[in-house]
Amino acid sequence: MRRWASPVLQGLVLAAAVVLIVLLPRFTSEFRLGQFTYVGIYFIALLGLNILTGYNGQISLGHAAFMAIGGYTAAILILGQKGFELAGHDPAQVIPEHGMRALFTIPIAGLVTGVIGYLFGLPALRLAAVSLALATLAVAVSFPALAKRFEHLTGGGGGLSLPLPHAPFGWDISTPHWLYYEAWVTAAILFVVAWLLVRGRVGRAWRAIRDGEIAAVSSGVSPAVYKTLAFGISAAYAGVAGALFAIQVSYINPDTFPVTLSILLLASVVIGGLSSLSGVIVGALVLEFLPIYAQAPPVLHLNFAKQAGPVVFGFVLMVIVLLVPGGMASLIRRITRPLTAALARKA
Amino acid sequence: MALLAVEDVTRRFGGIVALTDVSLALEKGEIVGLIGPNGAGKTTLFNLITRLYRPNSGCILFDGKDLTRTPAYRIVRLGIARTFQNVVLFQNMTVLENLLVGAHSQLRPFSERRGRKQAVEMLEYLKLGDLGERLPGGLPFGTLKRVELARALVAKPTLLLLDEPAGGLNHEEVGELAEVIRRLRRDFDLTILLVEHHMQLVMSVCDRVHVLNFGRKIAEGTPAEVQANPDVIEAYLGAETVDAA
Ligand SMILES: Nc1ncnc2c1ncn2[C@@H]1O[C@H](COP(=O)(O)OP(=O)(O)OP(=O)(O)O)[C@@H](O)[C@H]1O
Ligand SMILES: [Mg+2]
Repeated sequence: MRRWASPVLQGLVLAAAVVLIVLLPRFTSEFRLGQFTYVGIYFIALLGLNILTGYNGQISLGHAAFMAIGGYTAAILILGQKGFELAGHDPAQVIPEHGMRALFTIPIAGLVTGVIGYLFGLPALRLAAVSLALATLAVAVSFPALAKRFEHLTGGGGGLSLPLPHAPFGWDISTPHWLYYEAWVTAAILFVVAWLLVRGRVGRAWRAIRDGEIAAVSSGVSPAVYKTLAFGISAAYAGVAGALFAIQVSYINPDTFPVTLSILLLASVVIGGLSSLSGVIVGALVLEFLPIYAQAPPVLHLNFAKQAGPVVFGFVLMVIVLLVPGGMASLIRRITRPLTAALARKA
Repeated sequence: MALLAVEDVTRRFGGIVALTDVSLALEKGEIVGLIGPNGAGKTTLFNLITRLYRPNSGCILFDGKDLTRTPAYRIVRLGIARTFQNVVLFQNMTVLENLLVGAHSQLRPFSERRGRKQAVEMLEYLKLGDLGERLPGGLPFGTLKRVELARALVAKPTLLLLDEPAGGLNHEEVGELAEVIRRLRRDFDLTILLVEHHMQLVMSVCDRVHVLNFGRKIAEGTPAEVQANPDVIEAYLGAETVDAA
């Protein structure tokens, strides 16, 4: 009896979330809408990171760098050589002559970042958990300097300014609304893809490697294949998120995706709940709003220094890790369990 | 031709020689025992056959194919599945999911439904029917051993390696296990290599027995022959006096 109650409840919650996301633009200011666009973008990045860390057990402290690669890919393609020259940059030869519509650069950014992530995953196979965390951290640390160095691709320290995006196909909505839908439709598609991956043979192989590599190997799971696959897919998600981010702010420079973002991304995955796709939405909300509210708590009418954000973030992380090791997802599950049980009893 | 032929295999760990020039062969359909005192090298031999380790010298032929060149994850695809001495299940996955990982090599992208059906049937076959949605944590040890056995079986092996399946079981469960092992051979057309300290079990189910001591094979024969072999008696008595000291 109980078997169907939980999926039904899950389905209802999902449907409610979709309705909420679709209707939100009607009820909120364009400023708030921008914030919820960032939530959608973080949601995508966290889905990818959760595949890698939550489901496959590989820790990455370098996901900001993957976002940056996606962001730069999109920016470069949007501008093209013509755009670089207009902005007074000297473009590299590999850059296509003409700029591209922003929307089309998003899947390309995902693909490019995915391939780079996959290639990074190959040497990472040889690393134990802690060494891998450090190796990815090294990538995130060195990325800004690299971006500054390859000026012909990235515009150097001054960054690249992008044209303000408009809704395509003559669609008559404001730019913030368009960006909001763009981010959330992408997020919805990638959520479904992640869900399909995670629930079947591939997802089980990832989790089996995480839980016990030797038993996984003896069951016919190739760690090399599935670990690099997780790296590639996770990076592709980060790349898409980075592209959306760059389009959203119409600008990118070497510090748009700092090392601290890598750390906050990992913390948000843990807060939402490792290996829980629905927990990711909580992680994304926390990542966007916690630093803002920590700085200026709305009810208390206080205004702390800018540093309050990271401090409160760290505090929340600590509380979650100590008190609810499964993250918010497990907390919600624990709260709704009596409800599911009641539903099941009624039937 | 023997289904499995281990030929002059040697494996060292640093200064320790875990196996020295060990040879043995299994014919199709046999249940063969592998016994020996603690540290004799039995588990090491399993780890060599399943390619978790590579032999320093010698070769291992399965169905005529040299396994030493096969990557570990391909072994089960060739038809060799195993259980572990200390039960290694995926702790954060349900019993059913554990079995589905076991069937990884059997499942194709769109055969999820069939895979689930077969896993459920296997659970029922091993009297684990209502445990599918449970996590391994908290289940009794004997049950975990059967879950691990089920995970090996859903891979549809032709050769099954069992590492101390009776370890930690009570008297009654061991009796059942003997029956299960005989049934397995019949129902799944299996060849079985059985590592076991429980002599009664070995004697009651095995067609032939190989004996290891300090990494060398010291005897082979029918259970009765091996039991009467003075070298074997010596090895076990020697081990006991060492234990007692
Ligand atoms: N990975 C390893 N590294 C170092 N030494 C090892 C390793 N695996 C096995 N050995 C050594 O090889 C020898 C044989 O060990 P093995 O586990 O094969 O014995 P066993 O016959 O299975 O014993 P038991 O009955 O206690 O399970 C032991 O001396 C053991 O310490
Ligand atoms: Mg052993």
